[in-house]
Amino acid sequence: MAKMADLMFNIRLLDDLARKNTSVHGLHPVSKLLATIVYLLAVVSFDRYETIGLLPFVFYPLVLILLAELPVVPLLKRLLMVEQLIIGIGILNPLFDPKGWITFASIMIKSGLTVTACLVLVSTTGLDKIAQALRTLKVPGIFVLQLLLTFRYISLLTEEIARMARAYALRAPRRKGVRLKDGGSFVGQLLLRTYDRAQRVYHAMKLRGFSGEFHAYGQSKITRKDILFLLAWSVFFIAARICNIPVFLGLLLEEMSKG
Amino acid sequence: MSRHEIEVSSLCFSYPDGHEAIRDVSFAITRGESVGIIGANGSGKTTLLSLMTGILLPDRGEVRVGDVAVTKKTLASIRRRLGLVFQDPDDQLFMTTVYDDVAFGPRNEHLDEHEVRARVEEALDMVGIPQLKDRAPYKMSGGEKRAAAIASVLSMKPDVLIMDEPTSGLDPKARRRLINFLKGLRHTKIITSHDLDMIMETCDRVIVLKDGEVAANGATPEVLTNGELLDQCGLEVPLSLQKCPVCGIKK
Repeated sequence: MAKMADLMFNIRLLDDLARKNTSVHGLHPVSKLLATIVYLLAVVSFDRYETIGLLPFVFYPLVLILLAELPVVPLLKRLLMVEQLIIGIGILNPLFDPKGWITFASIMIKSGLTVTACLVLVSTTGLDKIAQALRTLKVPGIFVLQLLLTFRYISLLTEEIARMARAYALRAPRRKGVRLKDGGSFVGQLLLRTYDRAQRVYHAMKLRGFSGEFHAYGQSKITRKDILFLLAWSVFFIAARICNIPVFLGLLLEEMSKG
Repeated sequence: MSRHEIEVSSLCFSYPDGHEAIRDVSFAITRGESVGIIGANGSGKTTLLSLMTGILLPDRGEVRVGDVAVTKKTLASIRRRLGLVFQDPDDQLFMTTVYDDVAFGPRNEHLDEHEVRARVEEALDMVGIPQLKDRAPYKMSGGEKRAAAIASVLSMKPDVLIMDEPTSGLDPKARRRLINFLKGLRHTKIITSHDLDMIMETCDRVIVLKDGEVAANGATPEVLTNGELLDQCGLEVPLSLQKCPVCGIKK
């Protein structure tokens, strides 16, 4: 139970990471967001039987994790949380398709890459700045607001769960989880508490003039460095998408050894 | 122009479950005045503050801020003049850094970023936490959170500062700092609290609520020394006015 509370509390980790001060964190949010979008499009556009061609795409999150000095273990933990769902989706492929194991592997690699890229984006940029970048790219305010509030309220919800779980665990020391009998009132209580809390936070926002739009957070200008980052990575992604780099390198080595 | 900053007249409010929280409450607060609103748990203090800031709208009666009545249409302009500091600072601090939280109000007023920065720095200086501007609010101590919550309201330059239980959960030193800070502030202040010693030090006038009604409204020394009245309203004479527990001599 205490572990669950710990895990829930760690949801703030991405916010903490986003406040670091490295060269990657300093890049303009729009540039990082667009690079990630190109990356996602390139990865998901691969054929369902493709696995080898996806390998060069490991570089992008890897390089960014190293440059941004992000801790690998917490990011991996989060990735594994999502991968469980992906296994659930892909596990039946081998039963219905003769090449099912390949499509399953492809799904796993694609999801691993895309989720990691998104985690890297959030932990090097912060959701507030991503939202601002989305607004710069003319995404309707209502969607951006939904995204921001969901993110904020998720942490409120999880903190509430953590608090209740701790109170429960202290009075049921020999239990590992919440007893099914208590589950109903636990969930009901959680809903009411979170609703109340959300209401209070909303009032605090309204009282400070909030009218449905988050405003600029000291937006910096796009520099040559940001454009270079976006262009260089985009060219790499498109090149890796069009030509199968691992196979190409393999052929090249074969030719060289023959020669 | 009205000489009253806030005027509450014949205010009534019931919650949807039928509980009558505020019953025919009337009072006025003049500019620059410091008023304490006290009462037992459930006497209607927080509801009254919600009605004054337009979080709730009354069933009958009205609240006027300056010359403007609090209605749905006037909420935006009224809220610019009133700054409410919540009882739980965690409800008020929802951004990722103290700076962004304090800047939230000014940014909603579409001020340019230089002005926002100046306002934030001024507000943080006023509450004495300029060094915490890049910290995450949820990682700070209770006293620091309270200071940040007050700064987040001060940055909007309100005419009236309204505080709900400002000293709850503070250690003695943080409480003392807050009291000194409140004494130095020139705003019109409305403070609800059970900490009657703090009210004694910071407020000129006290309004006592009992079951949603005004039980007393008068100068602080008069009201807070009236043991019988306070006892009837579920309160007691401030500790600083009670007998010394060691030597038994009345202070």
